[in-house]
Amino acid sequence: MKTKLFDYIERDNFVYNLSGVTKLLCFLLLSFAVMLTYDIRSVILILVFSFVMLHISGIKLRQVKLMMYYTLIFLVLNFVLTYLFAPQYGVEIYGTKHLLFTFNARYIVTQEQLLYQMTKFCKYAAVIPLGMLFLLTTNPSEFAASLNSIGVSYKLCYAFALTLRYFPDIITEYHEIALAQQSRGLDLSKKEKVTTRVSNTFHIMVPLIFSVLNRVEIISNAMDLRGFGKNKKRTWYARRPLKTSDIVSVSVCTAILVGTLLMAAFVNHGRFWNPFVYGWL
Amino acid sequence: MEPIISFENFGFQYFSQSKPTLYDINLKIYPGEKVLIVGPSGSGKSTLGHCLNGLIPFSYKGEITGSLKVDGIETKESNIFDLSKKIGTVLQDSDGQFVGLSVGEDIAFALENECMDQEHMKQTVQKVADIVDMGHLLKASPHELSGGQKQRVSFAGVMVDNVDIMLFDEPLANLDPATGKTAIELIDNIQRQYNKTVLIIEHRLEDVLYRHVDRVVVVSEGHIVADMPADQLMTTDMLPQLGIREPLYVTALKYAGIQVTEDMRAGQLETLTLSEEHKQRLKEWMAAGSPHVNQETPEILKVDHLSFQYTKYRKILQDVSFAIHQQEMVSIVGTNGAGKSTLAKVICGFVNEDDGDILFEGHSLKGQTIKERSQVISYVMQNPNQMICKPMIYDEVALGLRLHGESEDAIKEKVEHALKVCGLYQFRKWPVSALSFGQKKRVTIASMLVMNPKVLILDEPTAGQDYRHYTEIMEFLRDLNRQGVTIILITHDMHLMLEYTPHAIVINDGKKIGDGSAVDILTNEEITEAASLKLTSLYTLAQMAGIKDARGFVWHFIDYEREVVRTDEDKAV
Repeated sequence: MKTKLFDYIERDNFVYNLSGVTKLLCFLLLSFAVMLTYDIRSVILILVFSFVMLHISGIKLRQVKLMMYYTLIFLVLNFVLTYLFAPQYGVEIYGTKHLLFTFNARYIVTQEQLLYQMTKFCKYAAVIPLGMLFLLTTNPSEFAASLNSIGVSYKLCYAFALTLRYFPDIITEYHEIALAQQSRGLDLSKKEKVTTRVSNTFHIMVPLIFSVLNRVEIISNAMDLRGFGKNKKRTWYARRPLKTSDIVSVSVCTAILVGTLLMAAFVNHGRFWNPFVYGWL
Repeated sequence: MEPIISFENFGFQYFSQSKPTLYDINLKIYPGEKVLIVGPSGSGKSTLGHCLNGLIPFSYKGEITGSLKVDGIETKESNIFDLSKKIGTVLQDSDGQFVGLSVGEDIAFALENECMDQEHMKQTVQKVADIVDMGHLLKASPHELSGGQKQRVSFAGVMVDNVDIMLFDEPLANLDPATGKTAIELIDNIQRQYNKTVLIIEHRLEDVLYRHVDRVVVVSEGHIVADMPADQLMTTDMLPQLGIREPLYVTALKYAGIQVTEDMRAGQLETLTLSEEHKQRLKEWMAAGSPHVNQETPEILKVDHLSFQYTKYRKILQDVSFAIHQQEMVSIVGTNGAGKSTLAKVICGFVNEDDGDILFEGHSLKGQTIKERSQVISYVMQNPNQMICKPMIYDEVALGLRLHGESEDAIKEKVEHALKVCGLYQFRKWPVSALSFGQKKRVTIASMLVMNPKVLILDEPTAGQDYRHYTEIMEFLRDLNRQGVTIILITHDMHLMLEYTPHAIVINDGKKIGDGSAVDILTNEEITEAASLKLTSLYTLAQMAGIKDARGFVWHFIDYEREVVRTDEDKAV
């Protein structure tokens, strides 16, 4: 069911038990590492690491199947388009040209191009499971609590948690309204022209917006009546104190980032690993 | 003793309105009292609640006259946070006020805002959750809870603040009868055990009076028109005149020509005492009626061994079969989650059955799309605001026809006809926003009627409506029914079943457990218990009077009400 997409399900394992801020920090650190380096060895290392974590977290494949599917389509498309638009970009970067075979004068296949595109493919492939991991294993309230503990305004943090709390409700409501409108003859299927479909979606959005506004009024009343915003600070029921595992995780991820940076600075002489000039080992 | 709440010549006018909503309110409530505030929609009873908890004037702006003191504090000089320490409010919408992502968090919300340390907070939450019997579900998310459970969480979320006064705003609005009964019991227990002052705002009088209340305050058009014990209130004719429904057993006593007196203690069914003369009167009244007869018409909709499941392990409907006849008015009843809404969705084709068949006038609906089915079967959602998407009434009603590509001339004729049927013709050029809730409901029905359906399915058509609006909507549906439309109502309102739908189908846990006349079902202990319904108080009254055919007594009440009382009203109009 679609409403399950952002539904947080409690599990007890290493990844779930990390604090939300730790997961955010690790996600950011590793993403930076992947973004900065064009060394396929480091990227693959992080790729493997992120899949191992995904496995440890116990996330079921069916939970992320749809997202995986879209990601794969995007990656393949990206791969093909990169080649179509810049078939010789690898040659430009690495400064050498090891020809494999030729289609015509413009479209040739080189080892350089293959390495460049494989690196890019792996970079995307490494970041996406990390993002999923963060989204699916973080208890929104706990995350809000830990964000607050590192100095973000608690109102902002709570707004974030509330959004996730009501997101599934709003999706359910959208489906309900869509069904009722379809029974009046509103066609949302692919048989209809795109322009009509857009204007038909509008017929669902209007009642949805009104009902969301109504909801907002109820929630803000309920929150006022229970003293939200009374003090400058608040405590959190869902807060988890930082543990050794949090410190270890952040340290490991920092080490990975620093490692890739050091590799770039001292071993690879730049962001790109260039085996064509400096040798494969 | 000093009153804990005291209104003195209190009045309030919203800035957005031209007239005051409350006038000249004088009311004193003492510590430990349990007071019920009743009144029709728009009488100002909710505004009264808002004034107490501080939403007025802090969230809803307006002008206050006179004085309102809560525990010695003048509210207009205080603020909503300080008032929330005195008065805890349980709002009507138990889903909307569930702010936390889990039960524990939601209960802790007020404590978090008080900056209580985590350890202390967890202990308090556990303690309070145990009081409302939710202690084992602290980690559950709101989606996993039933309506009754969510309400228990909101009770706990208020109690955790250790307030002296608890204000319940329409606590029964979204609950089925049995859950409502448990809620009233819970409120009563909390009040007695912890010696709280309790205020209940509600229009379902009979259900609240299931347990003792000290006083009933009746609000009408912004004034307090009565403030007396329930026993005394039952002796007056004030409630029906104001459009509030009396307990059914009181109405029955009055129909039988019995003068209700204070000594009879009619405020609660439990305390009601009948003399031999009263019992005789009731028997005579019943004997004056004629036996009930039913008419048979051909079948229009037949559900045949229908099964449906979302996943392998969650069977929603299991082998459900029933037949609905032409021009019937049928109610489908059952608890939340019993599968009654899913049944309607399968019939409309929103989801497809896994097994079995649905026959319309003898032909299978298999393979027909939502759009095709909507030509004969229409579905009206509970909340009209979820259906209306055009600003103007005419356009809203015309939308379905326009989507089907009919000519404007044909549309005009059909729309005007539907508006006339729904009593909305004079409003045809009005914007939807100018209408009341009940009128909006009619707009959604009109927008379905233009499609000329044979069967109309309505989900909780009268939810949250007071007796006057309820009667208005239901009488309108009955008129439609007389004009030939078969009407199916999904509901857990027992009065509605009893009064308007001769035929009721009971769904429980995905299975059909009852199919027969509404009277038979509401006088059958086994079915009512399984489906979270209650035995009607008429049945209990008949038993108290020593009437053997208690079912016959209920039938007679309904027939009497329909023939004698309603025709009198028609004549009066």
